[in-house]
Amino acid sequence: MKLTGSIRTLAVALLYLVVLAVLGKTVVPAIGAYYTQILIFIGINITLAVSLNLILGFAGQFSLGHAGFMALGAYTASGLSVYLLEPMIASLPAGAASLAGESAALALALFGGGVAAAIAGVLVGIPTLRLRGDYLAIATLGMGEIIRVIILNADFVGGARGFTDIPAWTSFTWVFLVAGACVLVVRNLIRSTIGRAIIAVREDEDAAAAMGIDTTRYKVLAFIIGAFFAGAAGGLQAHYLQYLHTNSFTFLRSVEILVFVILGGGGSITGSIIAAATLTILPEVLRVAQSWRMVIYSALLVVMMLTRPQGLMGGREFRWNWLIPGKKA
Amino acid sequence: MSQFLQQLVNGVSLGAIYSLIALGYTMVYGILRLINFAHGDVYMVGAFIGFYVGRLFHFGSGESAWGMPFLAAMAGSMVVCAALGFVIERAAYHPLRKAPRLTALITAIGISLLLENLGQLVFGADPKDFPPLIPRASYTVGAVVFSNIQIIVIVTSVVLMLALQLIVHRTRMGTAMRAVSFSHDASGLMGININRVISFTFVLGSALAAAAGILVGLYNPKIDPLMGIMPGLKAFVAAVLGGIGNIPGAILGGLIMGVAETLTVGYLSSTYRDAITFVILVAVLIFRPTGILGKPEREKF
Repeated sequence: MKLTGSIRTLAVALLYLVVLAVLGKTVVPAIGAYYTQILIFIGINITLAVSLNLILGFAGQFSLGHAGFMALGAYTASGLSVYLLEPMIASLPAGAASLAGESAALALALFGGGVAAAIAGVLVGIPTLRLRGDYLAIATLGMGEIIRVIILNADFVGGARGFTDIPAWTSFTWVFLVAGACVLVVRNLIRSTIGRAIIAVREDEDAAAAMGIDTTRYKVLAFIIGAFFAGAAGGLQAHYLQYLHTNSFTFLRSVEILVFVILGGGGSITGSIIAAATLTILPEVLRVAQSWRMVIYSALLVVMMLTRPQGLMGGREFRWNWLIPGKKA
Repeated sequence: MSQFLQQLVNGVSLGAIYSLIALGYTMVYGILRLINFAHGDVYMVGAFIGFYVGRLFHFGSGESAWGMPFLAAMAGSMVVCAALGFVIERAAYHPLRKAPRLTALITAIGISLLLENLGQLVFGADPKDFPPLIPRASYTVGAVVFSNIQIIVIVTSVVLMLALQLIVHRTRMGTAMRAVSFSHDASGLMGININRVISFTFVLGSALAAAAGILVGLYNPKIDPLMGIMPGLKAFVAAVLGGIGNIPGAILGGLIMGVAETLTVGYLSSTYRDAITFVILVAVLIFRPTGILGKPEREKF
């Protein structure tokens, strides 16, 4: 049976939801806290990697400020929860409504965090997108650090002490719901007219502009969507760890996300997913090599750039029929 | 007023260190159009080599001759870092000469992370006390206090900068460097060995970074393997501020950055110490991307 585009997407999305619901009810409670934690970090890292891939891999804008967007999302979402949503839930009648209340509250908090990050994406994007290549990289890096320092000086979200007592609302299902939404949005966007324009900007900005593409608009759009999901991922992390400190959102965190995208291959969503999942599991498997973890990461990055700069997937997407012998995609 | 002068003195000595690092960024960028992210970490290695050399002296002969440990640390560290810079360029950047610039940039980030993490394994992650290579003394002029360390920092920087200026403008290699920064192809056709010039640029820049590492160890005697990140970024911003690719610009930019930082700490709050760097960066990139002394350049890529 051959399904056409949007129906197929819908079917896959529904299947994903069902699998998620089933896993969330059966497997996840059974595997214990440690493995659940790994799964949750995988989901968060996938969201971060795919959202950065939109900016870096598809729009071709070298951003080193992803951790800044993430921080803004994390702090906004947590601020909303602690100061607004938690008191609201507390005022609800106890019992039946509480779980639904928490889910709704988390959704609101994540959305708020995403929107705050997206607004930052616009504010960062408009002035800095006149820059190209390495200058853009260093400017986004600077913006990320400025966001971090501003948060560090904001006392109502804990400042240098860190933000504590964030409600533990993040669950496996929520993490992968957001990751799935991120993948779906990026994939569909890339296949749309807008996506073609975004890719045209990456391939050759001047030629794209000559074709009548408003390059700034599409670059900012990529930043908005990428930042939104980075913010939501930050919110998920905050509501899982229940504690935030600006030290988790330094330049090194941005680089870590960058490594996911580069190793997976810029412009390949499945590449980002595979790389994010592998590099999240790897240090857990290589516990013995814990102190060597970052050395291996960085050496891997250099070796990859020297031998296969297009990354693991090289801009292509994984297809199931690769696994069927004798059939070429 | 006296507080302002005091901050100015502190700022200039800090800025001199930034200038030394910024020179390496600006020379490499001038020739390869590459932000050598690993440069800040070469400076870190420089400080650690100085740490080990200095300790050798300190524990060996007790009170050694004035200046000897300092000069030995300086020489040892500059030689080791020059070799390191040479190896980094040959191993990582040389194969990417024809690759897209972003590939080289990501490689540079990778090398930077590699040095930081290897540093944590080899030197240990905890901060170390830099040996007092020169006994500290301070003088008071009017209401302004300054130390002999600050004078040494400034004098050493000026000497090294003058030496660099001589090399770049008075030697054949310097002439070749300037030629290569104009055009690789044309200078290649004129018989210049481009690879040798690029290696030389890395050697020179890394040696200056090593010197900055020693000076910062004297000035602020806590060193750790991640100490290169922030000064590296600040020095890069200094290079952009002065006009990247421009040697006097890097020196000017470094001094401005140092003074801006101490003024921020003195009059605002020390938590904004690093933010001021990036505010300056973003402002420069938006309003004057060529920097103070840079000439407008046609976008070539």
